[in-house]
Amino acid sequence: MFDWIEQFADWVVFKLLSMEPGQHLAEALNFFIYDSLKILLLLFLVIFLMGIVNSYFPIEKVRNFLSRNKLYGLEYLMASLFGVVTPFCSCSSVPLFIGFVRGGIPLGVTFAFLITSPLVNEVAIGLFVGLFGMKITLIYVISGILLGMTAGIILGQFRLERFLTPWIKEVLANAEQESESFQLEKTPFRERLPVIWAEVIKILTGVLPYVLVGIAIGGLMHGYIPEGFFERYMSKDNLFAVPTATILAVPMYSNASGVLPIVQVLVSKGIPLGTAIAFMMGVVGLSLPEGMLLKKVMTLKLIGIFFGVVTLCIIISGYLFNIIL
Amino acid sequence: MKEIKILGTDCPKCKRTTALVEEVIKETGIAAHVEKVEDIMEIMKYNILSTPAVVIDEEVAIKGRVPSKSELKELFSN
Repeated sequence: MFDWIEQFADWVVFKLLSMEPGQHLAEALNFFIYDSLKILLLLFLVIFLMGIVNSYFPIEKVRNFLSRNKLYGLEYLMASLFGVVTPFCSCSSVPLFIGFVRGGIPLGVTFAFLITSPLVNEVAIGLFVGLFGMKITLIYVISGILLGMTAGIILGQFRLERFLTPWIKEVLANAEQESESFQLEKTPFRERLPVIWAEVIKILTGVLPYVLVGIAIGGLMHGYIPEGFFERYMSKDNLFAVPTATILAVPMYSNASGVLPIVQVLVSKGIPLGTAIAFMMGVVGLSLPEGMLLKKVMTLKLIGIFFGVVTLCIIISGYLFNIIL
Repeated sequence: MKEIKILGTDCPKCKRTTALVEEVIKETGIAAHVEKVEDIMEIMKYNILSTPAVVIDEEVAIKGRVPSKSELKELFSN
């Protein structure tokens, strides 16, 4: 499928720039051109597809669906699944949280959505397909959904309502079931397209610099780090590798799109995939800025429990992957 | 006179929306009063789930994304 990109990269490096195959710089440049074009193309496709889905299934519909239907335990799975197709910007976490809880959706279910939505997003999926291939992407997506679900169920057991900030408790006490009539927007696809398109371009240009820098660093490392270099330090038998990687990852946030290409190179040089996936989930799924925003609706204790449970789930799935893969 | 409100806590997307709205008003010369609403309790009164949002004469016109210039022009001229 990507043969033509490879041929193009070969042509640029070896013909146009007439560099010698086998040279460190030539190989690194070749890798950079090939990887960036391939990943850009995939990012474009995934973001575009998600944009279409989201245009027909906006967040308001998700909320209404979850608050109106009795789902007998399936609501955690549904919230987690919705999280995948609904893009999420961490600055919307507060209105989203209030809107969900006010709509009568239980805290645990709301958490399931809040966990999966940033964890499995269009940019992460596009990067994963480009860097690791379909199989690993599928594993990542499915485990992201399961992780959101499990953490949501666990958090739901804790009766966490008492740890909400006073004013949000007040808001909830005064909330009557909102009878929002959701007008079915019958906008034809032709008119939706420009809006979807503008979003795609905005997201792409936003992550582009990070992705390119990440691939460039990855390309350099690819050429210069010897094979199996990390196996000595981070083998599967090292029990501390997964928790260390996860905890290191939590504070990283805005450069997630730059971190993934580097992690891919680390994996190819011997870091176990489970450890790497745990690291990436920590980078993509949890962020301190998000935690700071949530302070408006949750007490520090609740944020601590939330982050703690998710981190624990990530660490466990890291171990699981190292055993399975 | 149009009453335009931009709802959003201090995020990059909200800042871009504010800048765009002000730009369009300047370009078209429409009589409008722009207000930035950053208080989350105030924002929640509009029953939105994602920011930024643009409210024109107390009606939510855009939510959860940065609008385009042409879109804003059309909304303001109605």
